Amino acid sequence: MIRGIMPVMDDSIEVDIAGALARRDQGAAWVDVREPDEWQVAHIDGTELIPLAGAVEGIVARWPDPAAPINVSCASGVRSMRTVEALRAAGYTDVVNVGGGIKAWIAEGRPVLRGSGLTAQQDERYSRHVAIPEVGVDGQRRLLGARVLLLGAGGLGSPAALYLAAAGVGTIGLVDDDVVERSNLQRQLLHTEDRIGVAKVDSAEVALRGINPDVRVEAFRTRLTADNAWEVLGAGWDVIVDGTDNLPTRYLVNDVAVHLGIPVVHGSIYRFEGQVTVFEPFAGPCYRCLYPEPPPPELAPSCAEGGVLGVLPGIVGSLQATEAIKLVLGIGETLAGRLLMYDALAATVDTLRLRRDPACPACGDGHEVGGERPELIDYEAFCAMPARA
Amino acid sequence: MATFRIPPVLRPLTDDQVKVESPGATLGEALEGLFEAHPALRERMIDTDGTLRRFVNVYVDEEDVRTRDGLETPLESGSSVIVLPAMAGGAA
Repeated sequence: MIRGIMPVMDDSIEVDIAGALARRDQGAAWVDVREPDEWQVAHIDGTELIPLAGAVEGIVARWPDPAAPINVSCASGVRSMRTVEALRAAGYTDVVNVGGGIKAWIAEGRPVLRGSGLTAQQDERYSRHVAIPEVGVDGQRRLLGARVLLLGAGGLGSPAALYLAAAGVGTIGLVDDDVVERSNLQRQLLHTEDRIGVAKVDSAEVALRGINPDVRVEAFRTRLTADNAWEVLGAGWDVIVDGTDNLPTRYLVNDVAVHLGIPVVHGSIYRFEGQVTVFEPFAGPCYRCLYPEPPPPELAPSCAEGGVLGVLPGIVGSLQATEAIKLVLGIGETLAGRLLMYDALAATVDTLRLRRDPACPACGDGHEVGGERPELIDYEAFCAMPARA
Repeated sequence: MATFRIPPVLRPLTDDQVKVESPGATLGEALEGLFEAHPALRERMIDTDGTLRRFVNVYVDEEDVRTRDGLETPLESGSSVIVLPAMAGGAA
């Protein structure tokens, strides 16, 4: 093998993979002296590329201290040994060759990254994202590091979760306390006939894992209430996607999210009509700016009562996923300050202008992100009470 | 003349009509015409003090009338008026 063709060497100037990792844990740098095209195909996370032709000069410039601990690797250990010997001759005392190079690393089944900083599988999986200038490798890495919370794993949550998982949103939180019922399957694509009776959050986790192993699912099998809202919504989410099925929860989510400064992508559906908007705390209006008071219950029937076209949540939930991705990436114009109305029967889309209300009890003048937590009211009672006469 | 777009929850009160035309130089005038044709709408949209109820949003040409002149908001010929109550539906 490689060792056979190497000149006789001092054992101390070569380490195996485990030895190299141990040195790195203790602070050693790790230089890869292969060519850029080789690096592009596969490299070890945390290694620095300095191609062979300029390796010695490059390392001396980067680490002028001859006592600096440095690992040097290449494809199999030949080029890197030449570099190590040259550095040793120049007085470097703690430079070692990584025996076997990246071939030994791969033979041990260790993960490699592409030039993009993504794994080879990720490069392939997200290639259509990376090709878009507004996303690119940086955007994809941002998505992989993002945390998006979905309220409801039902009609709106289904397409939102499926697309966000496919897009590589790294952590998806799901809040739902229902179990899958046959009447859900007309529109809730997260769930399947053979998972009837299973908790929706568990059924959803199966679906999302099946699409993308990169995604971590945090399941909350609970109904969001004033008692658990701070804990659930406060777990470091970048964006909340609201697909809940009732008004009390919408007010609760609003009051907590405004205080925490988390943007909420709102979606609601009824029969053939859907509404989507983004409530971005203090940058635009919040739910209470739009609806300071809830309507009487008979004027806000749920889909269970009034029905809904099965494909409608597919459209509205997908629009919500789109807005969530834009918020994570910080690209484009979100629906903050605008409400998009979709009428499936008429096949029309209208956009209405929403404005922040300076007198809003949640986000009006005098309110700000953080500070003392507002007291959460009894939202059920708030929404059941007759409107102010 | 304005065209009102009636939301699904109020359509039982307009004989299931989605669009209803009503003349008027202001929103208030056009609403009076609308209520004459469909009297049950009045109570759903207008409070006892004569103002719009807080859970009903009305947009004239895409702008919330509360940020304009409320019921005095002027209508152009062909103005579109969208009535938008809160909708609960989502997950269930």
